[in-house]
Amino acid sequence: MSLPARIGVLVVAFLAVVAGGAFIVVHYLLGGPPTVDYSAGVTADSGAVVHVVLQEDPQNTETAHPDWVSYFVQDPKTKAWVHTTLFQVPAGSQVDMTILGYDGCTPLRNPFFGKVTGTIGNVAYENGKPITQLNSWSGCNVGHTFSIPGIDLNVPMGTPSLTANLCGTSPCTSGPKQVMTFSFMTPKKTGDYFWQCRVPCGGGFIDGFGGPMQTLGYMTGNMVVVN
Amino acid sequence: MAAVVGDQRPAESAGPNHGLRIFLIWLPVALAVDLLLYFVYGPHMPPGTMSTSAASQQFDIKVMAVMAAPVMAFVLVYAAYALIVWRRREGDDEDGPAIYGHTRIQATWITISTVIVLSLAAFGTYELAWPGFAGAGAGEGPAPIWKPTSGGPPLQIQVIAQQWRFTYRYPQFGGFETNILEMPINRPVQFNVTSLDVIHDFWAYQLGVKADANPGVNNVAFTTPRQLGSFTVRCNELCGLWHGAMFNYGHVVTDSQFMSWASTTETQLASVTAMLPPYSTTYDPTVVPNINKAMAKAGIAGANGYYYPPNDPVQP
Repeated sequence: MSLPARIGVLVVAFLAVVAGGAFIVVHYLLGGPPTVDYSAGVTADSGAVVHVVLQEDPQNTETAHPDWVSYFVQDPKTKAWVHTTLFQVPAGSQVDMTILGYDGCTPLRNPFFGKVTGTIGNVAYENGKPITQLNSWSGCNVGHTFSIPGIDLNVPMGTPSLTANLCGTSPCTSGPKQVMTFSFMTPKKTGDYFWQCRVPCGGGFIDGFGGPMQTLGYMTGNMVVVN
Repeated sequence: MAAVVGDQRPAESAGPNHGLRIFLIWLPVALAVDLLLYFVYGPHMPPGTMSTSAASQQFDIKVMAVMAAPVMAFVLVYAAYALIVWRRREGDDEDGPAIYGHTRIQATWITISTVIVLSLAAFGTYELAWPGFAGAGAGEGPAPIWKPTSGGPPLQIQVIAQQWRFTYRYPQFGGFETNILEMPINRPVQFNVTSLDVIHDFWAYQLGVKADANPGVNNVAFTTPRQLGSFTVRCNELCGLWHGAMFNYGHVVTDSQFMSWASTTETQLASVTAMLPPYSTTYDPTVVPNINKAMAKAGIAGANGYYYPPNDPVQP
């Protein structure tokens, strides 16, 4: 091979490696779902109240994984549903959370997580009715959970009737649902607090713990606490 | 330097006894390093002395360090000696003398290596088997052979690992489950470690306890806390997206504090305990015994208690 040819091959190989690295950084490290900001205009550590609204759906027809169960976060300004599980809240504030539960029931792997913990008063409200725990093994009445281990928060999500025709297009705007409400205090320490669902709802994966259970934007995400 | 012709071996040099020199330099260095390692740095070696198993591991690491340091010191002394004494002199372009083997040296290092390896094997086995250490804090599987023989019956604590949190059941207190890990000082503890999903690993670092958490397996580990305070529990097996966040803190408290906490928690969590399956060393989370009643009531066929049939969900 001539010298120019060898130099050409070397340059092409070098550019291929650089392009591959850039693709990995952009696609996997910098890519990902957006963060919905609930902290704008709110002073941290003031005890202010922010209202966060989520919904959980039986599917996510907005994405390349239409059969994956999914959470959505509502943009506080536009009220549009955003395909993400990242939201930002001010530190030392009260979060009044509303989660619209459109998905059907799946038993908890560990019924221990049917207990409400970490909310103000250790209580949540299902369609306005106070609950302190749900027994997903006797009634199949839990669809998912909203759990932030870092602040010991755990709330089981109630479900529509077993025989209900569930919403089939995401984000859901109609169809049977349970409205879960609860309040909790955000920590004073800023940072990312991961949250997750504890129901093995990754259908199509071994024991239901793959796919949406392991992917940001579906059944797990971050609560970003900022000053 | 004399050249070597054919297989003729060079005559013994009348120069200095390098071996003796190296030995005399190495001996005080090795002694000093060993003394420093054992008595100065040793008490601070991980994982500390919070429990019998931690203390046994610290002792083991001290012994290993004391054995390894002289070997390392010898290598460094030899290298330094060679650099200084046998360095190339100005105008010396000859090769060094050929080496034809040395039976006494070979026999010596083979013997020493064999003695060290066999001694460590015997030492390690003794450390595992001695009742005071009782398995040295490692998971011994469902039928442990090394158990504590003093301190009374062990406190049973079941460690349940699941993505991405540890929970703990106390079968001697009504089987309540909590995400708080507390235990009394000076009482043997038997950890029954299992998992509800993938493979995790229960690592109570300062206690010197480490046992894999496998679904469907009860992995037993023992320890006896000797100091009051907090310790870190981490998952030590890559277990999914939030593996790095799977940790919490346990506490060793006085016996009276523990009894008060346990009885209070048992009462507070009674309604949750009623939801739990009966205490068992392992659980099959695909079996939900009561779920069929609800499904049958709703007109949906069940499957003999198996909410998740073995082949559903399936791997895509």
